[in-house]
Amino acid sequence: MAQEAEPPRGKPLVFLERQSYRRRRVIDAARVLPFVGLLLWLVPLLWRDEGTAAVRSSSAIIFLFGTWFVLVLAAAVLSWKLAAQAREPGGAGPGGLGD
Amino acid sequence: MLNTLVAVCSLYVLFLFAIAFAAERAAMRGQARWLRSPLVYTLSLSIYCTAWTFYGAVGSAVRSGFEYLAIYLGPSLALMGWWWILRKLVRIGRTQRLTSVADLISARYGKSNLLAVGVTILAVVGTTPYIALQLQSVTVSFEVFGVGDLFSGQETGYTALWVAAGLALFTVIFGTRNLDANERHNGVVMAIAVEAVVKLCALLAVGIFVVWGLSGGISGTLARIDASPLGEWRIDGGRWTGMIVLSGAAFLCLPRIFQVLVVENDNETHLRTASWAFPLYLGLMSLFVVPIAVTGLELLPAGSNPDLFVLTVPMSQGRDGLAVLSFLGGFSSATSMVIVAAIALSTMVSNHVVMPLFLRYAQSGATVSGDVRHVVLLARRLSIIGVVMLGYLYYRLSGGGAALASIGEVSFAGVAQVLPAMLGGIFWRGGSRIGALTGLTLGFGCWGYTLFLPSFGAGVLLPEAWLLDGPFGIGWLRPQALFGIAGIDPLLHTVFWSLTLNTGGFVLASLASFPGPLERLQGAQFVNVFEHSTGPRRWSGKVAQAEDLMIMAQRIMGARDAQALFEREAQRQGLGGTLPAPTPDFLETLERELAGSVGAATAHAMVGQIVGGMSVSVEELMAVADETAQLMEYSARLEAQSQELARTAAQLREANAKLTRLSVQKDAFLSQISHELRTPMTSIRAFSEILRDTEGLEPEAQNKYASIIHDEAVRLTRLLDDLLDLSVLENGQVNLNLRKGILADVLDRAVAAAAADEHGARVKIWCDPVAGEVWLDTDLDRLSQVFINLVANTRKYCDAAQPQLQIRVRPGARVVIDFIDNGSGLSPEAQDVIFEKFSRVSDQKAGGAGLGLAICRQIMTRLGGEISYLPGQGGAAFRVILPATYAAAAP
Repeated sequence: MAQEAEPPRGKPLVFLERQSYRRRRVIDAARVLPFVGLLLWLVPLLWRDEGTAAVRSSSAIIFLFGTWFVLVLAAAVLSWKLAAQAREPGGAGPGGLGD
Repeated sequence: MLNTLVAVCSLYVLFLFAIAFAAERAAMRGQARWLRSPLVYTLSLSIYCTAWTFYGAVGSAVRSGFEYLAIYLGPSLALMGWWWILRKLVRIGRTQRLTSVADLISARYGKSNLLAVGVTILAVVGTTPYIALQLQSVTVSFEVFGVGDLFSGQETGYTALWVAAGLALFTVIFGTRNLDANERHNGVVMAIAVEAVVKLCALLAVGIFVVWGLSGGISGTLARIDASPLGEWRIDGGRWTGMIVLSGAAFLCLPRIFQVLVVENDNETHLRTASWAFPLYLGLMSLFVVPIAVTGLELLPAGSNPDLFVLTVPMSQGRDGLAVLSFLGGFSSATSMVIVAAIALSTMVSNHVVMPLFLRYAQSGATVSGDVRHVVLLARRLSIIGVVMLGYLYYRLSGGGAALASIGEVSFAGVAQVLPAMLGGIFWRGGSRIGALTGLTLGFGCWGYTLFLPSFGAGVLLPEAWLLDGPFGIGWLRPQALFGIAGIDPLLHTVFWSLTLNTGGFVLASLASFPGPLERLQGAQFVNVFEHSTGPRRWSGKVAQAEDLMIMAQRIMGARDAQALFEREAQRQGLGGTLPAPTPDFLETLERELAGSVGAATAHAMVGQIVGGMSVSVEELMAVADETAQLMEYSARLEAQSQELARTAAQLREANAKLTRLSVQKDAFLSQISHELRTPMTSIRAFSEILRDTEGLEPEAQNKYASIIHDEAVRLTRLLDDLLDLSVLENGQVNLNLRKGILADVLDRAVAAAAADEHGARVKIWCDPVAGEVWLDTDLDRLSQVFINLVANTRKYCDAAQPQLQIRVRPGARVVIDFIDNGSGLSPEAQDVIFEKFSRVSDQKAGGAGLGLAICRQIMTRLGGEISYLPGQGGAAFRVILPATYAAAAP
């Protein structure tokens, strides 16, 4: 699944220059983001829903929408970084082999 | 109130039509970069939010708390994770020129039409109730305003009918403007984007009114929520997780989402913006749902329909303006969904059901006479009307009652059945056609049996006894408790079993089956889309006739586009003229272009009909299948080189044959010209001798003999003039007499001049009226000479019973003028040499010395243009291209 960011087969690159290294880490972050989101949004499964310990709806709203907008912000920052890299001269851009 | 509402509604619809028109016009002029901005793309994705989410979210919040949120969380995650799936889908969609979800599945699994038909049926079955739901929501929201008013009883049915008819009209007008489904429907996309803004604004406005106008700000609202029946967090964990997964899956598979996400996408980088902007949009859409629900419960009498709180809360406070805005929001949600769903479904139905049937039953398939373009467009228009009306029928038959309420979830679960085949297709090379077919059949069957049929209510389509005790008393087959595992929520039960059976069937059948070569190559193409961008399959073009391909391509893509494509390809191959050699590369390009119009499977079948066979070359198998035995690759390369050599040799042979033909012709001409010179000479000599030697000739006879001598001398002069003209033109010593004039005048003069010559048949001439608007600045007399020659040729050589000549004009910086007659045209051998000196079509029909077209070509070269034979037009056809303004660059 992850082949597209790997170096071309046959001559694996072990070390990358700084710029390419950073580019790959931004891509990694973009890959991880949905899992972070899923994890956060599955937290409500752990909440108790009976008795006095039950979570109030107001806290639930603040938590869910808070995480939502934080995730949007994170996605926006990553998107901006990826765009900036795609514009760099010699930058392979998203989908490039990134060597 | 109702009248105002109808007026507002009509105005809004007019406004949408105007926006769509304006966008189409702007796009046609090519001056609308903002039409292709990431913002418009993101907004167009908002067709995910239908009336079901606009009105139903509040109702769902009242009934089951925060569960409604899960429906927005799934798609948000899918977009935030764009790097995984969406990026790949969009890239594949662009490289393979996909037209729909069905096309994706069919193209991936060896262009199987059976799969495409299956997915199409699934999509239609899953979407029709959803369209019905939209119609219902519009009708019901009308009723809210019109209680006890004009619309009562059965008359409400007409609201839905009018809405359905209006939507069908809009979609037919703006959704079928161009045949190529990959071209953007700018009008539709723009209208959808505007509707997205309207529904967001409407919901935000109601939300802001409720929070700051009625509940005393944020803290007040939160306190009220805690004090309400919704005050405690209470969700069913299984449904929460299940709905997140299901909505994310449905987002990838819904035909309408695929349409805007992949098919209408024209820039991959837009996805980057949408990855954060669309989750933001969804967040804003769902932000005020709970406050509205809580306020509705507080303010409105018990038992009022919570699905309509978005409308009834502002109304109960006397805010009619806000209520109308909110109504427009709901109206927008419903209409945009129906429009895009209709486009997506009609593309599938016409490409995967109608076209294959048409091709099968029209006698000779793709080369049948008649315009396939019209058939496709008509099929698409009828499908749109059919799809919308099917939704309406469903609405009427189901009674528009509560049975529709849960249909959103049912529909989601249905289209999600495509997911295993889709993800398996783009991530797993081993997925096979048999596997996809097995998985889809199992999943579709399971969904239909356990959720779709029961959703009509017990005893309607499934007997009540089946629901309780299973079919024929077989307990473990009970629709809502398969394998005896009871006690699961019906939706989760279906999602779990259908996706499990689907995925299991797909994987097992894929593991057990062996895919064909085309399937394996397409699989590699899809899975490794970021590494390969060339096509994997090869047509063996030896038997292909370029001219047949041209005829077929013209019928589908339209004459102009097809000719442009062929010319471009011919140039790329380094050949002159308009017909490229049918190399595998060219055939592949052609197939992909056609696929944009009629879908992958149909395009494949059409090219296959003409070309005959398809071969997968060893080289490609090697490269794509990634087996690295170098020796074999080397031999494959040798094979490719030897093919290349064979092609070159064939071209050389052709050139040689042409030279030989020319040489034969030259010999023939020399004897011809001596004959031509000799015949008049002989009679001149004979008659002048008579005049000289015979005493006492009658004056009449004298006169007659002298005029014979004169005529023969004129004939000689004309022949010599032609030869001289040609040699002057060839040596570039000609002076051009530049003037300004209208093309139509030049054509008229040429037609009149050619008609003055009494030889040859009467020809009916049709001249393009556009010619009247084309101004030329060139040597009009020389140009007229070319036209006279072409018209005269038709009179001489056109062998139709009623000869006709069409003169078509395409204006531009380089004016293109086509002369097309209805005769039998020229044989390919004749096409090669027709512009050579001394060449004549046939010896019997000799009218001149065969210099006319050679002179024409020289003149056109002098004028900076060209003249060529245009094959594949039915008759003989010549194309004249010349710059509207003569540039003195030519020496």
